[in-house]
Amino acid sequence: MSSLLEVEDLVVRYPIPRGIVGTVKRAPSQSVHAVDGISFDLAAGEMVALVGESGCGKTSTAQAVMRLVDPEGGAIRFEGRDLTGLGVRALRPLRRRIQMVYQDPYESLDPRFRVRRAVEEPLAIHRLGGSGAEREERVREALERVELTPPELFLDRYPHELSGGQRQRVAIAAALVLEPVLLVADEPVSMLDVSVRAGVLSLLDSLKQSGLAILMITHDLSTAGRFADRIAVMYLGRIVEEGPAAAVVRSPQHPYTRALLSVVPRRDPRDRHTGQVLRGETPDAVRIPSGCRFHPRCPLAFDACRVEEPALAPSPAGHDAACLLI
Amino acid sequence: MSSVLIEAPTAPVLTRRGAVLRMLRRNPPALIGSTILLVIAFCAVFAPLIAPYGLHTQVGPVFGRPSWKHPLGLDDGGIDMVTLLMWGARVSLIVGFAATFVSMAIGGTVGVLAGYFGGKVDTILMRITDYFLVIPDVPLMIVVAAIWGPSLFHIVIVIGILLWTGTARVIRAQVKSVRERVYVKRARALGAGHLRIVVRHVLPQVAPLLIANTVLTVAVAIFDETALSFLGLGDPSRTSLGKVIENAFERAAISSGAWWAIVPPGALVALIILGCSLVGGSMEDALNPRLRVAHLSARTFRLRPLVGRENAL
Amino acid sequence: MSVPLLQVEDLHVWFDLQGGGELHAVQGVGFTLERGERLGLVGESGCGKTTTALAIMGLLPPSASAAGRVLLEGVDVLAGGESTIRPHRWVDVAIVFQGAMNALNPVRTVGSQIIEALELHGVARGAAARRRTGELLESVGIPAARAGRFPHELSGGMRQRAAIAMALACNPKVLIADEPTTALDVMVQAQILELLDALCREFGLALVLVTHDLPVVAQLCDRSVVMYAGRVAEQGPVDALYHDPRHPYTRLLFAATPDLDDLDGRVVSIPGAPPRLDRPIDGCPFRPRCDRAFDRCAAEPMLRSLGDGRTAACHLTEVAVT
Repeated sequence: MSSLLEVEDLVVRYPIPRGIVGTVKRAPSQSVHAVDGISFDLAAGEMVALVGESGCGKTSTAQAVMRLVDPEGGAIRFEGRDLTGLGVRALRPLRRRIQMVYQDPYESLDPRFRVRRAVEEPLAIHRLGGSGAEREERVREALERVELTPPELFLDRYPHELSGGQRQRVAIAAALVLEPVLLVADEPVSMLDVSVRAGVLSLLDSLKQSGLAILMITHDLSTAGRFADRIAVMYLGRIVEEGPAAAVVRSPQHPYTRALLSVVPRRDPRDRHTGQVLRGETPDAVRIPSGCRFHPRCPLAFDACRVEEPALAPSPAGHDAACLLI
Repeated sequence: MSSVLIEAPTAPVLTRRGAVLRMLRRNPPALIGSTILLVIAFCAVFAPLIAPYGLHTQVGPVFGRPSWKHPLGLDDGGIDMVTLLMWGARVSLIVGFAATFVSMAIGGTVGVLAGYFGGKVDTILMRITDYFLVIPDVPLMIVVAAIWGPSLFHIVIVIGILLWTGTARVIRAQVKSVRERVYVKRARALGAGHLRIVVRHVLPQVAPLLIANTVLTVAVAIFDETALSFLGLGDPSRTSLGKVIENAFERAAISSGAWWAIVPPGALVALIILGCSLVGGSMEDALNPRLRVAHLSARTFRLRPLVGRENAL
Repeated sequence: MSVPLLQVEDLHVWFDLQGGGELHAVQGVGFTLERGERLGLVGESGCGKTTTALAIMGLLPPSASAAGRVLLEGVDVLAGGESTIRPHRWVDVAIVFQGAMNALNPVRTVGSQIIEALELHGVARGAAARRRTGELLESVGIPAARAGRFPHELSGGMRQRAAIAMALACNPKVLIADEPTTALDVMVQAQILELLDALCREFGLALVLVTHDLPVVAQLCDRSVVMYAGRVAEQGPVDALYHDPRHPYTRLLFAATPDLDDLDGRVVSIPGAPPRLDRPIDGCPFRPRCDRAFDRCAAEPMLRSLGDGRTAACHLTEVAVT
């Protein structure tokens, strides 16, 4: 399977304004190292989950792929073309092929747009779909694909008349109407009620089966483990472990992944265990620790970890991890 | 599995349009205010048809007392005051709305541009706004009106270019928040142009606020016009309410004891301003959730007996 | 037999709707909480769990009306409204609101806000209040030296700890925590759950954990009340609820929750949405979404005791249960 999306050494930084005092004092300019050199790829019909805690850089990665932020370095190759250097005009036709689903279905739909108009808008923006009747047909098809059937029941509804799960489906339909080949899903179910999450995830799963590539951003390891093909665990702007979902979840290699997995609450009350609760919190991405960036919180850290930064390398379990112990 | 999704839409969230209608129905100040404005606007618009006498016809003695035929008496030229007020309100409202339109156009554009583009555009536009904000309105209006010469058009322009600052700031704040909504970001990610986003997503969202602001600005514009006319800087050929007051004042209505020549036009101006404030204020309350402070009420919840409700168990 | 610490009986809460009409948010909820017990109040958004918690605290908004009984050590504190609840609020029952960590006053130090709470309730003042603040912060795992920090200088997890410390100011017997870990990262969530666990052990606190997150309840609580459409669907020990659910909603809710130890298992989705609460509900409220609904469900099921401290409101419990 050749890759649809190849991200190589991606770097995203946000400069911190120095303010008047800082400028006068000529303080060194600082920046948030949101994403600090990550690489991964994604093939058609595959779902890759970027997993990590807030501030790990997963959302910045998604935004860079969408070209909503400009990366400072690295390449984002989509169908073999590097997106990073492209201008607005050259990006336009490509934007159609990469679509995004946002976290909050209550916010991502314009409250004054009926379902019909919300789903049709992307077509209007890209001047696609020809006549009104043709567009309507494409809108109906998109609604059917997201299982909002029959479409007549939904076309004239306003977002506030729909449940959270239905709204998220409308948002997905609005993404699908342009027939993208890559879907970036940013925490697609975290705002939804538990009872409807599985429905939306299964929908994404079936879209994937039909050939769509999906890059899912999530903090929920259970969801990633259950629905993604591959998982990349991020910590402080770096990928610390990457591999097939089942392998990462069942035999985690990096101490961070292990700790993270151990503290996810299980639904069986008999399976009570405290897990490896790490002390403290993720350091901020302005002052990144030397060496392995996880060493200040790592239960297994030794002297070399303070100096040497480990690279992603194959582990005994078969998938990649970035730890000096491997 | 899919067909069951039809079930139960969530509880209706109240739309903004609904909010305005409901506000009018359930909010006495708004109802009173809009009634006042509608009555005055009706009289003003149809003044040529319903005014009891001619605007330039002398129908009795100078400063004739109020009578059954002339409920508000006559002015210094023996002209019926009711007629004068209808025609005066007509000019005042025209000036008020026209000036407001000018200020809304400037304020709305500046607000949307500053809020939507942010950054340097925002900084520059807001600094300009600040300069206009600190200029004392009335003195500048006097100066400009004096230089340009008295004409209705000049008054409209002068008032218009001085009243837009508040609108610009309010609209800018609202646009800034709308710009951060996910659906605006989504449209941007889709490749929609700025014009499209502003017209389709941003303007409709700030339009209600712009309208509420308009109503409030009309009050200020009418007040300013009255002040300018009273100072003799109005258009001498048009009878506005300020002009009526000025005329009566000049012709010593006060020393003649002809209160009816001065008090009614003044009261009418006050009434129009009151009407605008009531309507505009209520609209702002209804549209701006941050102004609602019901939850700070000292009242607590109520208790209910369960008698007769056992079947609910 | 001793009186339970907290007993909620037949609690109803209505909200006046803006356009007229009422929303019957809580429809006859009842449960008991023993000393030192941890109870999970679980359900999806809009099921009335937060409203129930607020009613216990007597903190419903003016648009609400309530009926029923809230017995604190046998005394009905709801009966007289504000006047009977006020002496117990924060002193006997305290709450950590949803999003409390973001509701700290940004321009005052964390310590001064706790001191204010102590002085307001007459627990301590001056130097004693400062000392007590230090103790409270230490008890939630914040070094006392950080009392002088402003909320924005603390991380989300630390702010949540500070919010818990504030709730503990008067040494309450019951702590209600409304979605205490919802906006937090997994690791910080684990830290907060560990803290709540420790607080319950050390101070003998009884805990009411209001959440939509079943695994959190499974890990932390002894018993749980599963709410649906403003009512109790089922309640019992968490172990029994997971391994032997008697209400289809409980079973489906667990099945809808993905679990790391069961990656290949089918994750189900419950079709449809909860019923609207601004109109009367005919029969069992879960009937339209239930996979085992049958003719009897047209009548509303009573909450029946099933022994072992379990109750469920489902007609299936009257029929021979599988």
